[in-house]
Amino acid sequence: MKKVFSRPKSLKNNPFHYCPGCGHSILHRIIGEVIDEMGLQEIAIGVPPAGCAVLAYNYFDIDMGEAPHGRGAAVATGLKRALPNRLVFTYQGDGDIAAIGTAETIHAANRGENITAIFVNNAVYGMTGGQMAPTTLPGQKTTTSPGGRTEVAHGHPMNLSEMLALASGSVYIVRTAVSSTSNILKTKKAVAKAFQVQLSGMGFSLVEVLSPCGTNWKMIPTEACHWIEESMVKCYPLGVIKDITGGRKSAD
Amino acid sequence: MMGYVLAVAGMRDGKNVTYLPAYGAEVRGGTANCTVAIADEEIASPVASSPEFVVVMNKPSLSRFQNVIQSGGGLFINSSMVDTRPVRGDIEIFEVPANDLAKDLGNGRLTNMIMLGAFVRKTGMASLGTTEQAVQEIFEEKGKSIVKQNKRALKAGYDYMG
Amino acid sequence: MRGNHVIGEAAIRAGCHFYAGYPITPQNELTEYMAARLSEVKDGVFIQAESELAAINMVMGASMAGTRAMTSSSGPGISLKQESISFLSAMELPAVIVNISRGGPGLGNIAPSQSDYFQATRGGGHGDYRNIVLAPNSVQELADLTMRAFDLADKYRTPVLILGDGMLGQMMEPVEFLDPKKPGKPVSKEWTLTGANGRPSRIIRSLLLDPTVEEEHNWKLVRKYERIIHKETLVEDFLLGDSTMAVIAFGTAARITKGAILRAREQNIKVGMIRPITLWPFPSKAIQEISKIIKHFLVFELNTGQMIDDVRLSLEGRGEVHFYGRPGGIIPTPLEVSRVIASQYYQKRLG
Repeated sequence: MKKVFSRPKSLKNNPFHYCPGCGHSILHRIIGEVIDEMGLQEIAIGVPPAGCAVLAYNYFDIDMGEAPHGRGAAVATGLKRALPNRLVFTYQGDGDIAAIGTAETIHAANRGENITAIFVNNAVYGMTGGQMAPTTLPGQKTTTSPGGRTEVAHGHPMNLSEMLALASGSVYIVRTAVSSTSNILKTKKAVAKAFQVQLSGMGFSLVEVLSPCGTNWKMIPTEACHWIEESMVKCYPLGVIKDITGGRKSAD
Repeated sequence: MMGYVLAVAGMRDGKNVTYLPAYGAEVRGGTANCTVAIADEEIASPVASSPEFVVVMNKPSLSRFQNVIQSGGGLFINSSMVDTRPVRGDIEIFEVPANDLAKDLGNGRLTNMIMLGAFVRKTGMASLGTTEQAVQEIFEEKGKSIVKQNKRALKAGYDYMG
Repeated sequence: MRGNHVIGEAAIRAGCHFYAGYPITPQNELTEYMAARLSEVKDGVFIQAESELAAINMVMGASMAGTRAMTSSSGPGISLKQESISFLSAMELPAVIVNISRGGPGLGNIAPSQSDYFQATRGGGHGDYRNIVLAPNSVQELADLTMRAFDLADKYRTPVLILGDGMLGQMMEPVEFLDPKKPGKPVSKEWTLTGANGRPSRIIRSLLLDPTVEEEHNWKLVRKYERIIHKETLVEDFLLGDSTMAVIAFGTAARITKGAILRAREQNIKVGMIRPITLWPFPSKAIQEISKIIKHFLVFELNTGQMIDDVRLSLEGRGEVHFYGRPGGIIPTPLEVSRVIASQYYQKRLG
């Protein structure tokens, strides 16, 4: 019988520990497939964050080095500058990249560091138990905004990707979701393009992925996917935010 | 630069030397300063609370440093810039019109080398020869003309004290 | 050469290919030197980071890649680096961190001080770990110990701190650079992240959720620290032979002490000095040995009394310990210290 579906080579044979319906599992698989299809397993180095996805190194069968919370972009900068012909990507949650690591991320983008950030936006702090994130939506209830996020008390949701698009060194910034089959396929294309941008030496690339966290949103997986498409996209519209790959020559 | 040249000259004379600049919150025209220690023995501290000699290039520096000089020590004053004199009677004072001498040489920026020339002549902390050698070493990368001008200034200060 | 430049040159000669830093006085000349010098080195990388946090994490990334890497700062900036020094220790990554320290706490001032002794020797960051801490006392030692720092960091896969101060960083003295045994040649590193090419993939991490695994990792680090204590402790003794009293001082304070001792000896005061060159590992054994003969110790530091704790712990009561210190960036003269020595000496009737 012909095998039509199997585990990507660059994922280890470990069952994911993530909650049922969690977007990390889908995204791990997407990245694994892209690494396989582009033949990058031997040159890829991943930098996982603090948060649920810190355990990404249990699943990816590539070299991986953990960064302190929020410092992914700085660690990746060091790795990439030391090893310019490897593929270096960070995998960061919204708290990691858009709160504690904002400075590192903005400056890496502005320097045009030739790295890729995979930014998983699920609008809460997942691992610590569902606290308010910089990306939490107005009105959204979390354990630290029990009455719902208000702009007066908690400030506005953070559109980090749009901010990063303003940085002169960023080349490709896109927002996708893993809420439906078609969105998953678009996410895969976006990851592949971001890696391609890096391999061509063009500069900073980032894929923001709206990702369900049914556990902390207190929703079943289908409701969670529905919420992304009904509510999250209003604050975080899907699509390409910046793409100057046509307008900039390769650094090589 | 004056202190640095002196330190390098001391080193070329085979002495132990340290050079410690004041760093941080100093401004041009203010009391930017440095300390040079030259000794036969190991130098315990590059900080001098009571130096043997002080060179002051402007008035604020005179008020700040005139009272730290050891009794019996020497004070070199750039008399073109400083019109007051210390009231202490226990130190020897050497006046050098460095700006005027520099003007005669055609380059107003040579005052520090003029002072240094005067300083080494009176103190014998380094010989003229090694000081010239230090100037050569330090200014070499800036070009022959700079080396020549600075050596001339050094000699002018040296001769002025003669 | 100027102290800060000497550290940079020694680092380059030791094969340092990566530097990330952030401006802070009194270490700026080192950052500037690395900016100029690394541009001349093949594959050299210099990054002026957006913060001290970013700088040390860039160093972490370069270290993961197997590159000899360094960052430098002064007190307040070193505080910011502590999180990652803890991570480097946990992940067993080599790195060289230079602290050209200044008066504190807080913003303090930019004058020379030794107030970061606790921070340096107690780890400074969170968790159960130690750093190697080297304390040079001259521009020459800045050169020698910087080169040694890179070797130690690689040999033990651990961060190494160089604890200097504004005086050492700013002053100029003649210096001769040792020829490194293997200039720029990377040591064999079986753990680096270079891509899983022809070998299984590797992980560098500090998260060990299983307490039994974390405990084993902690004990593994302890065994390493014991090897370091056994093999790498450095101490200088000065004129102890006939002494009835010993001053214990490090770095700049030790340098001043030498001058003070020479003055005191002119008055026939029989005093010598013990100078810890490694602050961690602390030369406890050497001090214990000396305490068999000398019973009176004067600890002199440019702070309000930090190393004195280690001296007391080393002596375990076998000797009388006194303290003299000046905090805040005040540099006492050898004369001042010699007077303190003399007064202790005569009060205790050691003459």
